[in-house]
Amino acid sequence: MLVTVGGSEAIDIALRAMVDPGDEVLIPQPSYVSYEPCAVLAGAKPVIIELKHENQFRLTAQELEDAITDKTKILILPFPNNPTGAIMERKDLEAIAEVILKHDLFVLSDEIYAELCYTEKHVSIVNIDGMRERTILINGFSKSHAMTGWRLGYACGPKEIIEQMYKIHQFCIMCAPTTSQYAAIDALKNGDEDVQMMREAYNQRRRYLVHAFQEMKLECFEPFGAFYIFPCIREFGLTSDEFATRFLNEEKVAVVPGTAFGDCGEGFIRISYAYSLEKLKIAMEKLEHFINRLRAEK
Amino acid sequence: MREKILSIIEKNSRIDLRELAIILGEEETDIVNEMEQMEKEGVICGYHTLIDWEKTNVEKVSALIEVRVTPQRGHGFDSIAERIYKYPEVHAVYLISGGYDLLVSLEGKSLKEVSNFVSDKLSTLDTVLSTATHFILKKYKDHGTILDKKEVDERIQVTP
Ligand SMILES: Cc1ncc(COP(=O)(O)O)c(C=O)c1O
Repeated sequence: MLVTVGGSEAIDIALRAMVDPGDEVLIPQPSYVSYEPCAVLAGAKPVIIELKHENQFRLTAQELEDAITDKTKILILPFPNNPTGAIMERKDLEAIAEVILKHDLFVLSDEIYAELCYTEKHVSIVNIDGMRERTILINGFSKSHAMTGWRLGYACGPKEIIEQMYKIHQFCIMCAPTTSQYAAIDALKNGDEDVQMMREAYNQRRRYLVHAFQEMKLECFEPFGAFYIFPCIREFGLTSDEFATRFLNEEKVAVVPGTAFGDCGEGFIRISYAYSLEKLKIAMEKLEHFINRLRAEK
Repeated sequence: MREKILSIIEKNSRIDLRELAIILGEEETDIVNEMEQMEKEGVICGYHTLIDWEKTNVEKVSALIEVRVTPQRGHGFDSIAERIYKYPEVHAVYLISGGYDLLVSLEGKSLKEVSNFVSDKLSTLDTVLSTATHFILKKYKDHGTILDKKEVDERIQVTP
């Protein structure tokens, strides 16, 4: 195990430690923005797997199988997912693990939202037989404990890989901030109740947003994890970028265009519910104005 | 469901019940029934409004009064507490462990009104041995809500 400057550093140095030039790294998208550039910086070739709305944005064994070549080395597994809020249940992971074992691949499992699962407890892929030896698991305090600015994360995995990551870590930044490490120890010892409270508060906001989109008749798949919701905006005939820009200019509300998370995010926007319910209500009123106007324009 | 309803309405008793049902993922009728049941059982005792009278033109004086009493055979402190809480100007009465017995919270229009209450009504009760009156000078926080809010500059001071 290695303590890092956020999950961000762990993603970067895990890729740098593991890939050789020309190796292929499988990246399911839409997903967090740093996987693809980090893979490129490490000299690998990113290979994108487009996750499908109709599969609830889960990764299927078939999609994985189809993307594998003899150059493939690592699968990045980004669940619970930013930006879609999708999760992978045990049965989904078992199907993935089978393909991973068959092709002798590694997994970089970014489980930074593990604590934020609303329908059932999160299952890690390392709990599937044979996966612990070939998985680098990434987690941190940014999401579970809302300690984003403290910049603290960690990576767990096979000793041989962690040792190589440790070298890069030492030469780049020496160590994760010790002030934050002391804070995190306290968070682990005494923070369970707060994590539980935050999960409940996020869940309330999640239900509120799902319901608000239903009322607005905005197509949206129900997220089960993380703190994002990813409604579809195709009906308006605007790109995600145009939608987000107009919404910002006309209603002064910022959302992230789905394309920030990969080309296949086109037609979606990401809304974060890390903000208070009061603020979300105002945002939803504005969104309703906005889409009513767009519908009237058509 | 009970605890979840309570933890929300404890801070916001005016929440729309439909909205409460949505955020808790329950049916609105179930929420309404549960609230009625809790009212009946006396779990929910009232829906009050927290007012900072300082910001109005109404003059009010609040005091906390420590009262030492002689407990009565067979009734302990209950009957004396009841005699005190029946006065409408009394806000709250607590039985307290430690140096004195009852803590009485009182609200009046003026210092004089409060001191009259203490001298005429409270200290004259048979079982009351002594009183100590503390006038409240400023309320910083009440019922979990900060009254003395400071202006904060919401602009972020560091680069994220
Ligand atoms: C999926 C995912 N992984 C990693 C990170 C990076 O988090 P940090 O570096 O703060 O631990 C984020 C932050 O948004 C994220 O959404």
